[in-house]
Amino acid sequence: MTSPETTPADTNPDKADPDNARWTFAGFRRGALDVLPFVPGITGFAMAYGTVAARKGMTLFEALLMSATVFAGVVQMVVLDSWPGTLSFAAIVGILALAALVNARYLMIGATLRPLFGGEPARKVYPTLFFLVEPNWLMSLRYYSKGGRDPAHMLGGGVAMYLTWVTMAVPGFIAGAAVGNPKQFGIDLVMPAFFVAILVPLWRGPRRSYGLIVGGLAAFATDFLFGGFWYLIVGALAGCLAGVFNDD
Amino acid sequence: MIEKDAFGFFVVLAGMTAVVYVTRIAGYWLIGRLVIGPRVRRMLDALPGSIIAATVVPTLVQGGPRALVALSATALVMIFLRRDFFAVLAGAAVAAGAFALGL
Repeated sequence: MTSPETTPADTNPDKADPDNARWTFAGFRRGALDVLPFVPGITGFAMAYGTVAARKGMTLFEALLMSATVFAGVVQMVVLDSWPGTLSFAAIVGILALAALVNARYLMIGATLRPLFGGEPARKVYPTLFFLVEPNWLMSLRYYSKGGRDPAHMLGGGVAMYLTWVTMAVPGFIAGAAVGNPKQFGIDLVMPAFFVAILVPLWRGPRRSYGLIVGGLAAFATDFLFGGFWYLIVGALAGCLAGVFNDD
Repeated sequence: MIEKDAFGFFVVLAGMTAVVYVTRIAGYWLIGRLVIGPRVRRMLDALPGSIIAATVVPTLVQGGPRALVALSATALVMIFLRRDFFAVLAGAAVAAGAFALGL
């Protein structure tokens, strides 16, 4: 494409082929743009979190610090909801166990990223994984399935979600209960709708989709029988095991 | 109420930060330590689909008719147009319409 003088492929192989460039700003930007449809949903959730934090007597600084360090909406909500009267050692262990259980689905989500990022340097991948949330996971799966190869895509999407999550707790904290009903505009269903949209191209006929079928059924049964957070873990594990029987 | 013991609060926060970060990296780390044969390869290939299906199915069942029609609209648009942005938009629009109708 270009002469060797302008593109010294021997000194910088990543620059030799623009399609294979890694950790670029362009990839970062594309990732940030790809998660934009999730911004209204995250904003509503962040405002609700800010409201709950204010009602629970946290200072604004404490509420934002938790968002900036933990960066896990469901964990933060559940922990605030079950905050103990006194912080005994046992209560702290209980809170941390709850946080681990609520976020255990990320063990499986993280495993799906190994084929994508396995060849990348650990010193870049592990900081990027701090910003792993469902929106940028979904968008990066899609980006890689369409041939994208820049891991900065996930970082860009994660940073965009992070900034939204941290800053949008402020209006919620100040406005208190003035958060509108997200159901009015269907915002509460944006995330499930994205899951469904991603599911459609993953369906490759019944004999090659056992993981999907078994995962869905196991999650439904677990949810029906036990409730709580177990359905995701049981569904993902059952589907993953059933995937062994998929035709190639 | 959150206890006014600032030290305890920061201990919990540090612990939560660590626990949540470990859930984000542990799956990635662990799979990197395995020798990936054809069986594990197939399981890994099936994993995104099973996580997504497991996430959606209870929402679909518990969300009542409003979630059912909205997510069906998303699936239909996706099957015929293959454009996820419009599929999600259609789902949200149908959900908003269903809300207005009192579903």
